[in-house]
Amino acid sequence: MTTLAMTRATLLKDLRMEWRSKDAINSMLFFALLVVVIFSFAFNPTAEESRRIAGGLVWVAFLFAAVVALNQTWARELRNQVLDAYRVSPAPPNALFLAKAIGNFLFVVVLEALMTPLFVVFYDLRSIGPVWQLVVVALLGTWALVVNGTFFAALSIRTRSREIMLPLILFPISIPALLAMVDATTSILTGEASPDFWIKMLAVYDVVFTAVCLLLFESVLNAE
Amino acid sequence: MKNIFIAFVVLTIALLAYSTYQGLFVAPTEQTMGEVQRIFYYHVPSAWTAGVCFFVNFLASLFYLWKRNLASDALAAASAEVGVMFCTVVLITGPIWARPVWGIWWTWDARLTTTLVLWLIYVSYLVLRRFAAGGQTQVLAAALAIFGFVDVPIVYMSIRWFRTQHPSPVLGGGENSGLDPAMRHAFFWNLLSFTCVGIVLMVIRYRLQKAEEQVESAHAAVALQGGSR
Repeated sequence: MTTLAMTRATLLKDLRMEWRSKDAINSMLFFALLVVVIFSFAFNPTAEESRRIAGGLVWVAFLFAAVVALNQTWARELRNQVLDAYRVSPAPPNALFLAKAIGNFLFVVVLEALMTPLFVVFYDLRSIGPVWQLVVVALLGTWALVVNGTFFAALSIRTRSREIMLPLILFPISIPALLAMVDATTSILTGEASPDFWIKMLAVYDVVFTAVCLLLFESVLNAE
Repeated sequence: MKNIFIAFVVLTIALLAYSTYQGLFVAPTEQTMGEVQRIFYYHVPSAWTAGVCFFVNFLASLFYLWKRNLASDALAAASAEVGVMFCTVVLITGPIWARPVWGIWWTWDARLTTTLVLWLIYVSYLVLRRFAAGGQTQVLAAALAIFGFVDVPIVYMSIRWFRTQHPSPVLGGGENSGLDPAMRHAFFWNLLSFTCVGIVLMVIRYRLQKAEEQVESAHAAVALQGGSR
């Protein structure tokens, strides 16, 4: 099978399993909801203030929620030695990685689409800048989190105390991406500055780290 | 080989004594900052040595992924640890210097923040090494090391933009440009001696790592033969 067909098959399998169990999306949604409510108590902002801090709040909530889903990425494949079976099969390793990354990307995008109305309601948000830019930032930012997150989940699954390991290695590397997402979102919401530099930054980050992930995934998958 | 190393250690100690003397007593006192500026002779060489260590870590990790020899992995482990140590020195001496000179302990300036993020990345690398299970450690650590190294220029660029957008309270500080010749003399001796200290520590840590690996494989061999330890 070609990489494309293999990616499609794995992705469809993951999506079907998620559709039937709804494990990842439910736990992410509830987790993000809790973060939103707790932040709302903690800061209790006015509409003007919330426009300034919303960029940070939204992305911290999504980051934490994404970690919940990312942690489950490979757990399923570990049972019944699916990963070992995959390693002995002639299927290209990057197809597996891409399918997992795209799957996580879709889960997190769905989460964001469902959570955004809640943010708008709880924080009385109204964007001053163009909304389509927010969509671009969200898509690029989510890919930045998810591509590295999927890769690092494959690292952390092989360590002791795996669930804790993922954020410990993912967050330091993601700092520039988070900074770009938060600042771009804030400058669009307040309409005070242009988010162009940050959007380009995110695009560069995405391209660079997608390339690094694809180069290194085979070694990690076959690590003994 | 062992004799050469011992000679090198002796030389390093002598260098360190000389450069400390130069930095603390011979170099002239800076006009505006006063005596506190002498921390410069420790702060900048430590940052340089940390940078060298992290670069060695990157090269060793790449080499490990390419050739899979345990020696380069041991070097990667050693250089990351020594690098984090020197980076910690930088992060501690920086605020000590900044407080009397800038009036603040810390500012989210490009270089400070990049150093902090660098430190975070390599601490996470050490955590991963500690928690990874058995023979997979090397590959996982090498992969993370490459991610970390690739991230550093991106961090620097993003923080620089972040800070040029907002006015930052104080900028500047000691910079090599326009350094008094007497200061430059002390500075370069310190730079050399700190680099040598870094090399000595890396070599010692490297040997320790190799010894650990030998002990581990000996245990594994015994276990394979069904014997008890």
